[in-house]
This record gives sequence, structure tokens and C-alpha cells, in this order.
Amino acid sequence: MNASHLTRRDFTAGIGGIVLAFSLTPAALTQQAPRLPGSLQTNRMLSAWLAINADGTATVFTGKVELGQGILTALAQIAAEELDLPLSRVRIISGDTGRTPNEGQTAGSQSVENSGTALRLAGAEVRAILLDLAAKKFGVGADTLKVADGVITAADGRKVGYGDLAKEADLKREATGKVAPKPTAQHRIVGQSIPRVDLAAKVTGGAAFVQDLRLPGMVHGRVARPPQYGAQLESFDEAKVRAMPGVVALVRDGSFLAVAAEREEQAIKAVEALSASAKWKAGPALPDPARLYEQLKALPTQDTTISNKEAPLLASGAKVVEATYHRPYQAHAALGPSCAVAQLRDGQLTVWSHTQGVFPLRATMARALGMKPPSIRCIHMEGAGCYGHNGADDVALDAALIARATNGRPVRVQWMRAEEFMWEPYGPAMTMQAKGAVADGRIVDWNYDVWSQSHNMRPGDPDGINLLSSWYLADAKTPGPARQAGPPNYAGDRNAIPTYDLPRQRITHHLIKDNPLRTSALRTLGGYANVFAVESFMDELAAAAGVDPVAFRLAHVKDPREKAVIEAVAKAANWKPGEKGDGVRGRGIGYSRYKTVAAYNAVIVEVEVDRTSGRIKIPRAWTSVDAGLIISPDGLINQIEGGLIQSASWTLHEAVRFDRSGITSRDWASYPIMTMPDVPKVETVLLNRPNDRPLGAGEASQGPTVAAIANAFAAATGRRLRELPFDPARVKAALA
Amino acid sequence: MAVSLKVNGATRSVNAEPDTPLLYALRNDLELNAAKFGCGLSQCGACTVLVDGVPTRSCATPLSRVGQSEVITLEGLGTTAKLHPLQQAFIDEQAGQCGYCLNGMIMAAKALLDKNPRPTEAQVRDGLAGNLCRCGSHNRIVRAVLRAAQTNGRI
Ligand code: FES
Ligand code: FES
Repeated sequence: MNASHLTRRDFTAGIGGIVLAFSLTPAALTQQAPRLPGSLQTNRMLSAWLAINADGTATVFTGKVELGQGILTALAQIAAEELDLPLSRVRIISGDTGRTPNEGQTAGSQSVENSGTALRLAGAEVRAILLDLAAKKFGVGADTLKVADGVITAADGRKVGYGDLAKEADLKREATGKVAPKPTAQHRIVGQSIPRVDLAAKVTGGAAFVQDLRLPGMVHGRVARPPQYGAQLESFDEAKVRAMPGVVALVRDGSFLAVAAEREEQAIKAVEALSASAKWKAGPALPDPARLYEQLKALPTQDTTISNKEAPLLASGAKVVEATYHRPYQAHAALGPSCAVAQLRDGQLTVWSHTQGVFPLRATMARALGMKPPSIRCIHMEGAGCYGHNGADDVALDAALIARATNGRPVRVQWMRAEEFMWEPYGPAMTMQAKGAVADGRIVDWNYDVWSQSHNMRPGDPDGINLLSSWYLADAKTPGPARQAGPPNYAGDRNAIPTYDLPRQRITHHLIKDNPLRTSALRTLGGYANVFAVESFMDELAAAAGVDPVAFRLAHVKDPREKAVIEAVAKAANWKPGEKGDGVRGRGIGYSRYKTVAAYNAVIVEVEVDRTSGRIKIPRAWTSVDAGLIISPDGLINQIEGGLIQSASWTLHEAVRFDRSGITSRDWASYPIMTMPDVPKVETVLLNRPNDRPLGAGEASQGPTVAAIANAFAAATGRRLRELPFDPARVKAALA
Repeated sequence: MAVSLKVNGATRSVNAEPDTPLLYALRNDLELNAAKFGCGLSQCGACTVLVDGVPTRSCATPLSRVGQSEVITLEGLGTTAKLHPLQQAFIDEQAGQCGYCLNGMIMAAKALLDKNPRPTEAQVRDGLAGNLCRCGSHNRIVRAVLRAAQTNGRI
């Protein structure tokens, strides 16, 4: 599929920005039929989205999945609103190749825009169909009817419930997208902070995660991973492991080595014995961590100038500023290691997985296993928050590979902690190089280059098989090529084009074609690193121009919504123009419009630098967000604040450690994250835009936060940190 | 080999080796979902249960060390029908995103409140310092614990 097809946006209903990412979904876009908003375009039947049941409830089907972001609650709110049903009578089924629409991946903060838009329009249309049926029944005009809580009432008092019309309501028809959804002023459910549907189970020990799935006869599988990328299995002690207690299957296929046992602890002991006895031929050496960025930049790249605005050359007397920034490999590091359950019976494989995309996973597993997609059903169940493409899909293939050897017994595999850290695909290491100039308080030139490995190595790639264990089979598969995405989502170059009004700019993305460390999508893709660089550089230019950082940004924005967001955070933080740090404390701002098309977010943080230990503390943070029409205010705050805290952790602590012979981040001691006492207090300001379409916000605060921290450190100390993470060693070096 | 355990007030028997981590007996034999495998290394707190009232990492506690001590899991605090004040407070504060850490957070908070029913915010943060959360739900969790502490005081 060519990325350039995938960038059209459509605002026909005023809400439906179609923002297809570099989409690897097999579903062909319908070329001839009228373009429908949101995911209705690719899943056009009303029945794909909604069912009205005889008991008066509605079932909502969505291809998007719950990743801890509260999306299912938000989608249920949207459907209930348009259907005029109480939320308690809406049931939601998500991510099941046997039942739900194919919406590709749940990623890029697009679920409300895509699935939400589809449900909003489908809901309005289904409600209209039900009204028409009732109108016929009563022999009155549909416009004389009233609906409340799923009951339709005629002017003369006759009533009929949705349940009574369920049989006649024919939803096996293509959506028209023409029935107008409710005006915002009439919203009763959308816009409310509705308690999350999933939380009660999660605080009482209910079955909430795929980790909690227990099937009759289920066994436990574990994989004996190679000691490093690309190592090949030479020998292992099969007899010894087969004789261990509880072992029911041992699978060796090329360099894929795994075991299944009756009990989980037996599987763990067996896999430890396998690993201890296995001899491997070493894989290729990793880059030298001390010269990482140089070595990465020297690899072959595909270069694309993604923005080029020509204007007369530098005004004379302009001050030129240059800076280079680095971001290391960073891990998803889900709190719970990846897990899946698979069962193979009569040639039918069923897989329960916390994948972000059941359809792409099915398609890729089919190719890895030599099966036909219809013989595989992938059912989503939640896992620990993944924040992108982690081991979720890989472990599903692991479970399936082991399930081929267990005679129909289901196999549950959960990765071990070290396995998760060593084998998940990381957020790529990146280098950002900026050169700009200011004159008379304004930016007159802006040049920006970003180097990054691929952020798109998910299952679903047509040209490769992006599932870990498939690369180690005797019939070894190969991963797909490095990918870029193009506008509007971009990938390594996400948010590389600033939204500021600049007279001259040239922005180039250098996609590194090689994969010395395994990488793929981590929350925001390149957005985190690019906003770090762009917004650090804004402050460097502001300093060169001698202008306050907030005022400098306001002088360069063109969209009134950007201005409002920046002003809102400055007001909340009581920002004083020209405020200065005192050597220890200081404050800084970061701003971006996520992906340049999604939510607007600004962050101010206060840092406190311990000059002796090199530790940075962030006592407080303020943030403002404009995500268009707000579906759930509390849900939005949760996402923005959660992203801010996670970003603060990435920024102060996180880098995947490795040496020439392999990954050395293997546990929470060698990959530390922020802990409770260090988490900043956060104040969030929401700017609701009831008449604007909802904008994806789940990833909006990651970028502004890192920039705000970098800028606050510079304000506090007069020194600038340009390489992440800002750990004590780097802080001390910067202050030396 | 049969090992007997006291869990949530009942005596239960599981067929496992004495070196089996308590976590697997709870999850797989007693079908208690709350305690989670996060690291198996005593680093993250996801597997926390109370053993004789002491918050304990069940991933690194062999059955042989549990003996006849009283094990309390999150299931033993309350149910959806009759929530413990901590569970109620976590729902009221919508404290959590993916929720994988919540078992450990609530169990560690329970142990904290048992010792110190009216903790300050800083004491709550320190009390939960050994429990990791990847989703950035920390501040809500702290608010939930402080809210539960207030409720407790009123009961
Ligand atoms: S699973 Fe026990 S501390 Fe992490
Ligand atoms: S809510 Fe996801 S780990 Fe805490």
C-alpha cells in the first residue's frame, strides 16, 4: 500500500477527520462508493457497528481495543448518546476477528476520531431507522415522535420500546452517513465524566486481563530465548527437560525452543533448565553504546524533505543558533509482561491476546504458521498498559507455536520480566539537529534534520513478518522493511514540522534502514523526541532573541487555538514574563499540537536540581489541553496527566542499556522508572470546544512535558541538557 | 504434594511443591486473579498480598515460608457488591488506567493504613514507593488512599 493514498482527510460531517495511519490493514479501501466518515469508510454496514436486541439493549461492536485508556467507556458514551439509550443498556464488544469490524491497530490517539465517528453516525442512523419503524406502526410522522431511554413515544401517548422493534430493524444495510448526529447542546452522556466500565473488576480481583484467562485443561508455556539477537541454537539437553516434572511438550523448530508444563512454576523451571543446557552460536554484535548516535547516523538512510519553505536568505544581523539533541532507545516496559493464550483444535486456532490489532495479528500469524486467516480467530483481552507495540503480538505467536504440540490443550504463555525487557521492540534512538536564526525577536530561518530507525514494525506489514519467534524458525521468516508513514501521522518525523509560523524552513527525515536494536511503535512514535528538540530549540532561539519563552511562542503561533492553550497554561502556572531561575529552581514551558492535527497541549513544569547528587525533582506541573469536543472530562485529564508523568519518567530515567554482546536492561533495577515519591503534582486545565470535532489526546502530553523539563533545567541552571535521559551523570556533567 | 494454606479466612489445600511461589498457587490453584505477575523479582509490587498483615511479594515467597500464616488477598478485602473503603475510594477517584498495578497499590495501602490510619500525603507516597505504575496513575492513587483514610475515620 502506498502511503500517499492514505492521507486524505474528510470533514463531511464536520466531525469525521479520516486520519488513516500508514495502515497495514488488509481491508481494501472502497474506491467507488461515497466516502464515509471515520471507520465507516472501511466497515460500511450498520450491522458491523450496532445491534438492537430484543431486551431493549444495544450491542456496540468496535475494532478498537481497551489499552487502559478508557476507550471502551468513551465509545459506549458516544453510542448511547446517539441512540438515546442509558449507558447501562449498551454492551460493547471489541477486537474480535470473529465479530467486530476491522479497524486495524488501536494506535496514534485515533480511536475517538475513527471508531467514535463511525459510532456517532451509525448510532444516529439506527435511531432514525427505529423512529421510522415506530412512525409506520403508529401511522404518524417520525418528526412527531419523542425518544427517551430507548422508548419511543407518540404525541397521543402510545409507546414502543427499541426491543419491540429489534426484529424489524434491518441494520444489514450500508450506512449513508447522512443522518445528522445530535447537536452538542443536546448531549447528556457525551461530555460527562462517566466512571470507567472496567475499573470495578480491576480493584476486586475480577477477571480483567488475558493474564487471568483460565481454560479447562490449560497448560503453561515458556520460551527459551537466545542469549542475544540472532543467536542460533546448536544443542540442548532434551532428555533431561522432557523428564522434568509436569512437562507435557517440548518444541524445537530451528532456533525456537519452548516448553509446556502442567503448572506454571514447572514450565519456568523447565525453561530455566533448557536455557542452562542450550548452546548457541553468537549473533551479530550490537553498536558500541558509547558511540551510538554516530554509528546510527552512519547507517544507510532514506531521506525525505518533508517541508521546504523558501524565502529570501537570512536578514543581516540575524543571530544563528545550532543544536543537536539525542534520545536513546526506550522501552514500553509494561508493568505486566506480555501474555497470550492459544488453542489449536481441529485445525482451528483461537488466540486470546492483548494485541493492539486483532486483524493484522491474525493475518501475520497465518503467514508465520502457514495457515489461512479464516482458520484463526484472534480475540482481544486486556493486558497491562502497553503504550505501543510491545511483546503482545510476539507472545501470541509463541503460544500458537507451542499449542501445535499440546493435542488441543490451551497454552498460556506469559513472558518473564527479563524476556520482556530484552526482546520487546523499543522506541528508536534518535538524533535531531537544528539550525536556526533570529532577528528582531522573530525566527527568520529554521533547518531541522531527524535521524531515526523505523517506528512501524508492527504485524500486518505486507512485505515481511513482524513477529519475533518467526525469525528463529527452521523456515525462518524475515521482518518487514523500515517504514515511514507520511502525512498527517508521520513516524520518526512525527511533529518534526513545527506548527509555528516561520518564513523559511527546511525539515528532513532520515529513515535509518537498518535495525541494530529491534524497534517499533512506542507512544507518540517520533513525537516525543521531535517536540523535545523543537521546543528546546524554541527556547534556545528565544534566549538568543532575548525574549520571554512564552511570549516568543505566542509571537510565532498563527492558530487562535494554539494561542489559547499556551495562554491557559501560563495563567494556571502564574507565569511571570522574564522569570528567572535561581541556580536550583526554575520553570520551563513546552507546547505542541500532537501530530500537528490532533490535540493541542502545553505544559509548564518546575524543577529542583540537586547540584550535588545530580538528581532533578519535578515538584509541580501545569498543563492545558484543547481536544475539541470533550467526550469525558475525567478520562481526558487521566490521559493527559498519565502521559505527563510517563514522559517525566522517560525523560529523567529511561534508556535501554546494552553492550556489544546484548541487551543488559533486564529488570526494573537496570531499567528504572519514576516512583511514587518523585511524581509531580499536576494541575490540568481543559479547554472544551463543543462545536469542534473530538481530537485524539492520548499521546498529546508526552512531547510538551520533556521539552518543559529541558527548558526548566536550563532556566534553573543556565545550562542545557540535549541528550536524554537527564540522569544524574548527565546533570553533573552539564553543571561541571 | 499437598500444601495447606490459610487464604482469606479459609483453609485451602494446593498440590504443589513447597518451593512454589505463593503467587502461582493463588492464581492458578485457588483461581484468585488479583495478585499479578509483574517481575517475579520483588521489584514491582504487582503481586502483593498480606501475610499475617505484612505486605508481602507473593512472587518471591515460597509456599514453605507461608506455613499456616494468614494470607489476605485483594479478594479478601471486599467484593463488587460490598467494596472495602479502599476499593471504593479507587473507583471514586478513577484511580488507574490499565489497572495492572492496582492490586499491589491497594494491598500496600491497606498495610499502610492499618499501621497509620491518618497518613499525610508524603507518607502515602513513601508507603507506595516500592509499587511501580507504568501508566502515570500515581496522583490518583495517592488521592484514593487519602480518601479511604478519611472514610475509615468516619466509620
Ligand atoms: S511480581 Fe512480585 S514484585 Fe513484581
Ligand atoms: S494503571 Fe497501569 S500500571 Fe498502574
